Amino acid sequence: MKTVDIVIVGGGPAGLAAAVAAKKAGNDSILILERDHELGGILNQCIHNGFGLHTFKEELTGPEYAYRFIKQVYDLGIEYKLNTMVMDISKDKIVTAMNREDGMFQISAKAVILAMGCRERPRGALNIPGYRPAGIFSAGTAQRLVNIEGYMPGREVVILGSGDIGLIMARRMTLEGAKVKVVAELMPYSGGLKRNIVQCLDDYGIPLKLSHTVVDIEGKDHVTAVTIAEVGPDRKPIKGTEERYTCDTLLLSCGLIPENELSRSAGVTMSPVTSGPVVNESLETNIPGVFACGNVLHVHDLVDYVSEEAGRAGQNAVKYINDGCKDESSAETIEITATEGARYTVPSSINPERMDDLLTVRFRVGDIYKNSFVSVYFDDERIMHNQKRIMAPGEMEQIILRKSQIQEHGGLKKITVKIENE
Amino acid sequence: MFDVLIIGAGVSGSAIAREVSRYKLTACVLEKCEDVCEGTSKANSAIVHAGFDAEEGSLMAKLNVEGNEMMDRLTKDLDIPFKRNGSMVVCVHKEELDGLKVLYDRGVKNGVKGLKILTKEEAHEMEPNLSDNVEGALFAPTGGIICPFELTIAMAENANVNGVEFRFNTEVEDIKKGEDGLFHVRTNNGEYVSRLIVNAAGVHADEIHNMVSSDKMHIIERRGDYCLLDKQVGDFVSHTIFPQPTKYGKGVLVTPTVHGNLLVGPTAIDIENKEGNNTTQAGLDEVILKAGENVKNLPMRNVITSFAGLRAHLERHEFIIEEVKDAPMFIDVAGIESPGLSASPAIGKMVGDMIKDMLSLEEKENWQGTRKGITRTEGLSVEEMNELIKKNPAYGTIVCRCESITEGEILDAIHRPLGARSLDGVKRRTRAGMGRCQAGFCSPRTMEIINRELGLPYEKITKSGGKSYIVLERTKGEASL
Amino acid sequence: MEKRELTCIGCPMGCQLTVSMENGEVLEVFGNTCPKGDIYARKEVVNPTRIVTSTIRITGGDKERVSVKTASDIPKDKIFEVMKDIDSAVVSAPAHIGDVLIKDVAGTGVSVIATREIASV
Repeated sequence: MKTVDIVIVGGGPAGLAAAVAAKKAGNDSILILERDHELGGILNQCIHNGFGLHTFKEELTGPEYAYRFIKQVYDLGIEYKLNTMVMDISKDKIVTAMNREDGMFQISAKAVILAMGCRERPRGALNIPGYRPAGIFSAGTAQRLVNIEGYMPGREVVILGSGDIGLIMARRMTLEGAKVKVVAELMPYSGGLKRNIVQCLDDYGIPLKLSHTVVDIEGKDHVTAVTIAEVGPDRKPIKGTEERYTCDTLLLSCGLIPENELSRSAGVTMSPVTSGPVVNESLETNIPGVFACGNVLHVHDLVDYVSEEAGRAGQNAVKYINDGCKDESSAETIEITATEGARYTVPSSINPERMDDLLTVRFRVGDIYKNSFVSVYFDDERIMHNQKRIMAPGEMEQIILRKSQIQEHGGLKKITVKIENE
Repeated sequence: MFDVLIIGAGVSGSAIAREVSRYKLTACVLEKCEDVCEGTSKANSAIVHAGFDAEEGSLMAKLNVEGNEMMDRLTKDLDIPFKRNGSMVVCVHKEELDGLKVLYDRGVKNGVKGLKILTKEEAHEMEPNLSDNVEGALFAPTGGIICPFELTIAMAENANVNGVEFRFNTEVEDIKKGEDGLFHVRTNNGEYVSRLIVNAAGVHADEIHNMVSSDKMHIIERRGDYCLLDKQVGDFVSHTIFPQPTKYGKGVLVTPTVHGNLLVGPTAIDIENKEGNNTTQAGLDEVILKAGENVKNLPMRNVITSFAGLRAHLERHEFIIEEVKDAPMFIDVAGIESPGLSASPAIGKMVGDMIKDMLSLEEKENWQGTRKGITRTEGLSVEEMNELIKKNPAYGTIVCRCESITEGEILDAIHRPLGARSLDGVKRRTRAGMGRCQAGFCSPRTMEIINRELGLPYEKITKSGGKSYIVLERTKGEASL
Repeated sequence: MEKRELTCIGCPMGCQLTVSMENGEVLEVFGNTCPKGDIYARKEVVNPTRIVTSTIRITGGDKERVSVKTASDIPKDKIFEVMKDIDSAVVSAPAHIGDVLIKDVAGTGVSVIATREIASV
């Protein structure tokens, strides 16, 4: 069986950044397995700009951002296989994959980096009643059809979900000549960036209806109309608020789900909150030598953070190999608990021996908080209390923990992250 | 001119087509949709019922039990999955425990084998996720699960290989008995002439019947809403769990599917609309509520899709399979609601025998009753996969990641007899697009394959025939190919 | 005096800004809670600009569309004119990131450039 030090599952932004960082950290035995016919992942179809301000200090489009990393993969001579689907990852890190040329093959890896990304929540999972005609797309599928394949799904569009993909597609469809009649959002706030609300909706006079959802889809063969209604605080439609829109297309942008079938079958412990693996300070899962990064770990809103996080996963994988592939899973760790407004943290545990001098801990809040505080407790002592003008579920938050701080706090058992009013 | 015209390519029409293909005759199936299995046959509980529900002595009961018994052989011959997972009717009200005995006795009279009444403890032992309120259950080991698409497709395909023609997108508009003593069938696709007609038109069987008979028939469309859950929770129950039946039918069941999902439903709502297979909020809410009465902590957050089907219900709740009195040589196969899927092999046999006698047919010497299904890659070993990929590299490309369906399987589905021409056609034959992302990932890829293999421009590719086009036009005002 | 309403795009607060103007000159910005809002509003009411991103037809490549953007901001009211030029353009492969595919699009003086690599086939 072929052996490779680091197998990276997925050649999107996370996989690319992990590969580049691992190579730069000194490992020469890296293999990226990518299921599509090119590297870059979903960025290739995200042709709008706004990527890379943190990483490259300039605004790039998705394909440009991806190419910055793809170029490095080429230049550094990192090996990759395209059109290759990973079928299985075993507990002892044997990766089974398949493509036309090599057939089904197995690779024994010292470390595996999970970078499979996420998928969109489909209509079925939303339990939207009505007919099941053609003309209903997840926003990302429509984005691929329009931007990569060059086909328009329709001319009159209703969009459910005001996450960034939904907003971006509202503008894309408009620029390509479609009429976007309304964007409905179940929640009382949009999960998308303000900039996108202004520049994708307001610029084109597209109404955004908060606290609204689709309650009926008409059309036997093809969508002919969609009815939306206002929802109450319980998110259930309110009778009498229905509005019917004739249209030929319904786009759904209703959340992303980390794509963890492989992780699950490998025996990776999953977080019910993020639907991604539970990881420690090294972004390592419960299986020693299996790391996770990017949207497979938790859904990000900025690709810059994906690249940064994936870079750490790549470096940590190299460190793990250089340290002799030691099983640290039974080492003493400090749990990080998210509570009172904070929904989760990544990572969720720290081995102080292995942590870097500075550790970024990312989390999301469950509601909109204005002028509230992000507080960090070491056991019962509050050691951080930062006021934020605004926090929203759509924007990932972060805190930075210092190794010295943790070491000073001898016998620390538990770190708690919470949102406080004062 | 055909000896036999069969109207409707659902599970009944396809079963009949396969049965008549044994004989020396010319036969043709007319189907208004673009594929087989487009009506009631595609949206139901996918259950092979044991046969204890239907009234003793009814045709329904007889054909259910016979059909159930025929399933092992048929599914083996046609190379499709079938599993006798066993059914349980659970009782959640102590005072209704007698009802189980009634079902038991009826089942025994109907000829159902192996029935057993379970105590509360026995039932929970067999199904740990049953509701704590379950007081007892009737267990039917012969109950099974099947894929209705594959069953219908396989029977139709086998009929086709044995010489039965199929005309899709062909809707019957009128039927007249000519002076030549033959039926003249007007369709949107020209006229068809035939000696004998089988009306297997599902919810439309009344319309077809009423074209030839003065004894009018009325079918009531009884809608059933369902939720399909992710394979992750496919083993939540291992048997098919029914509530005790009511006058509206067998109630909301919870069952694994033969492909490993969990299926919950159906409702029973009379709607009088032959096209009304839309789900409603009330319907979906009812499914969730009712299923929860028999099974506890149902993981409804794992729903991947919901759908509705229409049962072709007749007031008298009985299968009508007979030559119409005032229209000789016209056979009704009507009112085929549940257990129609279970009974379908027996319906096929019964109608095949009728036609044999009516037309004095002889059997073919070279009838080919077996069929090789699409080569499935799921569960193959590395060596087996490599052998397959060596022969055809298309088996090395995964198109549907959720169900691990390869391009090789999709090519097979497109190029075999009565091959797939739409995304749903591919889906029903291969399961590509049937998984948790519901075709979000694979539909552009499947379109690419359909475009290449069938030479269909993208704008002409449909979800399921008719006007169900996936894309409207090219961007940039580019003319299409 | 004229008043314009805007939503600030500086951060998730999305402050509702009111700009008072006279003869095309900004008098005052209200509703902002930080200096970013003031700066944004002054630019947005006088000279709103946008980057336009889209695709252009490409022949002889491994794809039939190449993604593009305007090399710099163009006036907001020119977006649809820019799109008209983009929609009617046809280029041939190969294309490299940064290649100028349309010069001086819609008379803005700004180029439309490729944002992805398209190989010839």
